[in-house]
Amino acid sequence: MGAELLDLLSGSAFWIAVLRIATPLILGTLGVLLCERAGVLNLGIEGIMVVGAFAGWLTVYQGGGLWTGVAVAAGVGALLGLLHGWLTVSLSLSQHVSGLGITLLATSLASYAYRVSFPKVESPPTITPFASMESWLPMPVLNAQTPLTLLALLLVPALAWGLNRTPLGLAVRMVGESPAAVEGQGFSVARLRIGAIMAGSALMGVAGAFLTLAAFNAFYFNMVNGRGWVCVALVVFASWRPGKALLGALLFAFFDALQLRLQQSSGAGVLPYQLYLMLPYLLSIAALVLMARKAAYPQALMKPYRKGER
Amino acid sequence: MRLEKRASPATAWRLGAPLLALALTLLVSSGLVAWAGAPVGQAYALLLEGGFGSRFAWSETLTRATPLILTGLAAAVAFKARLYNIGAEGQLYLGALAAVAVGGLHGGTGFELSPWLLFPLMMAAAALAGALLLLAPALMKSRLGVDEVVTTLLLNFIVLLFVAWMLDGPMKDPLAMGWPQSVGLQDALQLDKLIERSRVHTGLLWALGAGLLLWLMFRHSSTGFEIRAVGAGPQAAAFAGMPIAWVTVKVALISGALAGLAGAIEVAGRTGYVTLDMSPGYGYSGIVIAMLAGLHPLGVLAAAVFVAGLLVGADSMSRAVGVPTYIADVIVATALIATLACSLLVNYKIRWGRDGR
Repeated sequence: MGAELLDLLSGSAFWIAVLRIATPLILGTLGVLLCERAGVLNLGIEGIMVVGAFAGWLTVYQGGGLWTGVAVAAGVGALLGLLHGWLTVSLSLSQHVSGLGITLLATSLASYAYRVSFPKVESPPTITPFASMESWLPMPVLNAQTPLTLLALLLVPALAWGLNRTPLGLAVRMVGESPAAVEGQGFSVARLRIGAIMAGSALMGVAGAFLTLAAFNAFYFNMVNGRGWVCVALVVFASWRPGKALLGALLFAFFDALQLRLQQSSGAGVLPYQLYLMLPYLLSIAALVLMARKAAYPQALMKPYRKGER
Repeated sequence: MRLEKRASPATAWRLGAPLLALALTLLVSSGLVAWAGAPVGQAYALLLEGGFGSRFAWSETLTRATPLILTGLAAAVAFKARLYNIGAEGQLYLGALAAVAVGGLHGGTGFELSPWLLFPLMMAAAALAGALLLLAPALMKSRLGVDEVVTTLLLNFIVLLFVAWMLDGPMKDPLAMGWPQSVGLQDALQLDKLIERSRVHTGLLWALGAGLLLWLMFRHSSTGFEIRAVGAGPQAAAFAGMPIAWVTVKVALISGALAGLAGAIEVAGRTGYVTLDMSPGYGYSGIVIAMLAGLHPLGVLAAAVFVAGLLVGADSMSRAVGVPTYIADVIVATALIATLACSLLVNYKIRWGRDGR
């Protein structure tokens, strides 16, 4: 068992899998992080990922380019983010309920649109997904991935820099901590928050598109399978910091890849495979519990802001 | 645009808001039905007829409403105390599994007990299973401040895998030809039919009774008062000396037990055994039903019948004119969002223009 594990960890195939599993989690977690830093919980992520996966795939299936598919997924995500922003920021509705409503709406819309477009297919139609970067990137493991993984990795320092080093980033962070102070500076709380939600939701859409345009080559119902909720947990684990979000996503992907391999290893059959599949979800809960004591929530998270009201 | 609080709730909008929400929902769904290439008017007529148009339609709708009432109540009581239990789906499955574990032959306990004793044991086991499953996230919330939405959601996935394991191993029905299906419930424990020659079973009475009990509890008991107070404002409730953590625990036990019972009643009234697809998202639909009902227990009864009729009607409409059945899910989700947005009009005025922001 020990030698087998060592073999596994020293082979590049395992690390390639880790990075592939981590990619949608990195994108989704950054998306949630951006929304929450601006003070708004976005439980729409699970549905936005489904719609992103579907819209991106459909675009490519109908002859669009792969990057066009990614852009469409981001656009549809941003649109759903606008709806969430309007409901939670402009109308100050419960962020929990609005987010769940968005997830239900987005998931059912994607299922409906898929069935209208393909009423009678037995096996899901396929596309040619993103190719790996082997031909031009001289970095092992990373070059076995698609450009979307590179994009996700580059977005981590970009978002960290944007949030911590730019005036706009400062305003976004402030709006999640003390919206009244931001209003005093002459910014619009509503515009900053809705903008952040739209940008974050666009990232969630791309996270979904990764599944259909890079990881697989077709759209399946249930393909997101709770990844969105995992991202919400990872943001708490990451203490709302992009760098730690990357770390959390990689750590999670490491265990997910490990359980997949263990299922197939010689020791398999001792434990039922469902127990291995539970591991990622159990880890997410464990991460939430571990970090709970030191979680430094954005102060205004889940607090709607109305000018003049306290 | 900007919201301005009204001096007093607008009576006209109490009636107008649901109607406006209904109109918006119809607008969205009509567009989608037309996109699928079906005649819109005929599709609606078929949907209503399939859900409410005949004795058979009503019997199917009430059968479908039974678990929805219970999960709707589970969500309503929890949300009322601001405990966001999104885990009713998992609690339902665990309740169903517990019911079969107690009342199933071979692979269940195999208790040689009188059904008079075994039936209450079975129901209690299901309620307890659901309650304990929600107790864990509720304690994590009140002790550690862990957001219960994410934990209850993640537990749904864990429970479903646990059920898959049980159906694959210890509780597998050896006669099911390899289908993932649990051993069956003893015949003596199955619920009686409520209406002859239909699938409506006495579980409906359990669900209606639960709704009534919950309504009485909210109106007349101190627990009900505490739940409402904690929901209205935890700080104020704490200041008034209410034990917030203990109220949360009580709410979790009630909510989880209701969802667990939904699972047991589905098994005892309809399927007779547990499968991995016995619930097409009853737990999640329960949340929508609770919201549509404004978290009112008696409203839940009506909303559950409405949603069940939509689901049943969409099935038969889909067969007739080829609109995917997912239209029912879209209608329900749109109705939720539209109702929430429109209900604001009762207490707020909308001011257009750029002056506010």
